[in-house]
Amino acid sequence: MSENGHSDGKQPSAAPAPSVQLNLVGLSKNDYRGAATTLCAGCGHNSISNQIIAAAYELNIVPEDVIKMSGIGCSSKSPAYFLNRSFGFNSLHGRMPSVATGAMFGDHRLKAIAASGDGDTTNIGMGQFKHVMRRNVPIIYIIENNGVYGLTKGQFSATAELGLRLKYQGVNQFTPVDIVQEAMASGATFVARSFAGDANQVKSLIKAALSHHGLAVIDIISPCVTFNNQEDARHSYSWGREHEEPLHDFTFVPREQEIQLGEFPEGTTRTVEMHDGSTIVLKKLERDYDPTDRAAAMSLIEESHSEEVLLTGLIYVDESRPSLTEIYGLPKERPLNRMTDKDLRPAKKMIEMANAMMF
Amino acid sequence: MAEVQIKEEQRTKKQKNVVNDFSMTVATMNGSGSQTSNLTLLRALFKMGIPVSGKNLFPSNIQGLPTWYTIRVSKKGYLARRNTHEIVVAMNADTFVEDLASVAPGGAFYYGDHLKFEINRDDISIYSFPAKQLAKESAAPANLRDYVANMAYVGVLAHMLDIDIQKIREALEYHFDNKEKPIAINMGVIEAAHAWSVANLKKTDPYRVEPMDKTTGYVMADGNTAAALGAIFGGVQFAAWYPITPASSLAEALSQNIGKFRDTDGQDGKTYAIVQAEDELAAIGMAVGAGWSGLRAMTSTSGPGISLMTEFAGLAYYAEIPIVVWDVQRVGPSTGLPTRTSQGDMLTTHFLGHGDTQHIMLLPGSAQECFEFGWKAFDIAERMQAPVFVMSDLDLGMNQWMTKPFEYPEMPMDRGKVLWEEDLEKVKNWKRFEDVDQDGITWRTVPGNKHPRSAWFTRGTGHNAAGAYSERSADWEANMARLKKKFETACKYVPEVVVDGLESAAAGIIAYGSSDQAVLEARDYLAEEGLKTDYLRLRALPFTDTVAKFVEGHKTIYVVEMNRDGQMKKLLQLEYPQFATRFVSIAKHDGLPLNARWVKESIQAEENSHE
Repeated sequence: MSENGHSDGKQPSAAPAPSVQLNLVGLSKNDYRGAATTLCAGCGHNSISNQIIAAAYELNIVPEDVIKMSGIGCSSKSPAYFLNRSFGFNSLHGRMPSVATGAMFGDHRLKAIAASGDGDTTNIGMGQFKHVMRRNVPIIYIIENNGVYGLTKGQFSATAELGLRLKYQGVNQFTPVDIVQEAMASGATFVARSFAGDANQVKSLIKAALSHHGLAVIDIISPCVTFNNQEDARHSYSWGREHEEPLHDFTFVPREQEIQLGEFPEGTTRTVEMHDGSTIVLKKLERDYDPTDRAAAMSLIEESHSEEVLLTGLIYVDESRPSLTEIYGLPKERPLNRMTDKDLRPAKKMIEMANAMMF
Repeated sequence: MAEVQIKEEQRTKKQKNVVNDFSMTVATMNGSGSQTSNLTLLRALFKMGIPVSGKNLFPSNIQGLPTWYTIRVSKKGYLARRNTHEIVVAMNADTFVEDLASVAPGGAFYYGDHLKFEINRDDISIYSFPAKQLAKESAAPANLRDYVANMAYVGVLAHMLDIDIQKIREALEYHFDNKEKPIAINMGVIEAAHAWSVANLKKTDPYRVEPMDKTTGYVMADGNTAAALGAIFGGVQFAAWYPITPASSLAEALSQNIGKFRDTDGQDGKTYAIVQAEDELAAIGMAVGAGWSGLRAMTSTSGPGISLMTEFAGLAYYAEIPIVVWDVQRVGPSTGLPTRTSQGDMLTTHFLGHGDTQHIMLLPGSAQECFEFGWKAFDIAERMQAPVFVMSDLDLGMNQWMTKPFEYPEMPMDRGKVLWEEDLEKVKNWKRFEDVDQDGITWRTVPGNKHPRSAWFTRGTGHNAAGAYSERSADWEANMARLKKKFETACKYVPEVVVDGLESAAAGIIAYGSSDQAVLEARDYLAEEGLKTDYLRLRALPFTDTVAKFVEGHKTIYVVEMNRDGQMKKLLQLEYPQFATRFVSIAKHDGLPLNARWVKESIQAEENSHE
């Protein structure tokens, strides 16, 4: 286990016992863990970290093939608490998207998991959030959304609902930002919403996002047990549990695995083919929702506002648009950061061309 | 008696014929296409072997506001801007009166005869010419007539100053990339104007040119293009930028040229990426991400962008991420004079960031050095694992300079202390921030490294030698002390000063960047009048040992620069507090490139005040 920087002030978790179960790349679940969390007990973010660990383990991802990006805030600390063997960058408040954009060019074969919060994304970071979606930067952009600032102790974020009362701040007078709506407006190619209390769905969505080849936004309502977990608050556990309405039962089937639709009665499922050959199987629940229908997604968001429900699941997916690194036409296999003088510096005779270009 | 007579004859002759030694200013309207005419004149003179420089004084505007282009012809090779204009060409009604007034006594005033103004001077030669008529009679389509009208003064001046028409054609061929049609249209106007001038104008002023051989072994280049080409030869892999005058043309030159040099052979894809970011915060953020992931990453901007990049600059300093930032300086604070030149970002940039931050800065003094520092900056940034700021300016970046040809990098790329998989196999107890070599620079890994011990967690928060989060006072102090040591180590890697006279009774002069030309010329004038000077041109911060020796070796040191507060002087005083009173600020901030007369007179005034 790497010593470099992951301990976050606490000891890394213990090495696996010899009898422990290994996945297809020969790693135990411990190989995917991070430092012990320093977030509050019961924080939704810890639950999300655990699902990231589980998803990476179950998908047999080599941790060195992942980079972890974050900004500043409670959520942005969380990359220290998962995937110790992955490179991580805890950058600046609201500026993770730009850092991630540049970082993806180093080795474009890597997967990037980005953790942000509602303040980091929709207050200080709204500009960069919008542009990273426009560019379809291939990262999994998870917003651990609790409507409140944690590290600075309980101020409103831009996703706090109108009328929310907080202990030291009074009543919020302003309309909230809906992250999913912003993502749709900005042309994000994978948009999902989930609830930290719905661990299985969180994990399945993360798995699906890992096989998406552009930018995947996952807005996860992740309650802050210290500052914003009042029963009637829109980002609380109790409100989430009472008002969550999954759009579908969500099953992610990796490329290697055979899809067995036989277990579902005909007409009860939709499937979405992902770019890397994986499949998402969506079992219909109350409604027959098509996540490739952009207009349907937009009206669904409006409906969730008027009906006051927490609609969760895969809201929109478009596998057709090229990702940023595809647009830039990088070499198929060789990453830029393994290139040498020979690849990068023009030959000596080219200096004549440079001078000939001048008058 | 006979000797006196000969001297008198020489004086008269000299008055009759001033050869290759004057300044010529063309007054036009922004967006009228005059830039092509002006560059054509400049290049033709250069092709005639005459040392020449061109300065474009343009407004922050797309079309309609006045703009002036000054060409200095100097047989002695002086390239700085002069304040005196012996020849003025007026093509803009809005500035006609002031343009007429600006001609030096004995000089020449040319104007398009469509401008109807009273001529109230009899101490200069006056020539008018039918610019509009010549354009109308040309082969130019109606929509281009106003543009080619500016070619009329090229033809008139070609005759009146003896500029070689063949060299003008060569200049146009370069400008229009050998496209026959535009060359023919423009040459048509030039030749017609030349013929008209031969038939109608009688020369009464003394200013003319003659071929020389003083430009052999030089090229004409602007610093921004040179910087971009330098970056290409430095193996740039990632650039992010946001449009800003006067830096935009650097990133644009990079985009336009990198493919010609790099999309050549052996690759199944691009070896670089250039992104126009949404703002300067994102531009530097992307560069930081790319630098972190092991790429040669850069951004280019000007003062307002530097301000916006502050937080990231501090992060890159503290998290030890190599990036190159070009600051093509303009006049501030605030939006300031966005199309005028300055060296006003020295203090801000050197300390950019909160807390204890101090940055490496490179100070190119010519277009050739813009090229050289274009590649060298990456070597230094990756070696030092730190941001490197290259401080150019509008004059250097956007104007055409006669400069030595670009030279191929003399050493292989220095990628610094990077460990890959096979290295980690040999290094058992690697810690990201452990100073094993005792030079302040520690070993790093970059994403994509597959070794199970390769990963580290990058953070702007306090960390210990292993990079782990730490709020321990001892960890903080140790890390900051190491960063200071690392900054001192940079002295070994930055470009050395250029110095003439290390220790003497003479007055010392320190300058840097584009101020160099005015200082070189001013030293000649001072010497002519009996003041010998030594000169040190800074090329980087941190200051090298040579700077200390120069400061120790001179009792008075004039620090010449283009800002209000004498910013480099202050940095020198901070570095050498025991000699703080030796430094005298010779600083100007009028937005114009320095002129040598002002430098000379300012130094003389200081010298006289000490007597």
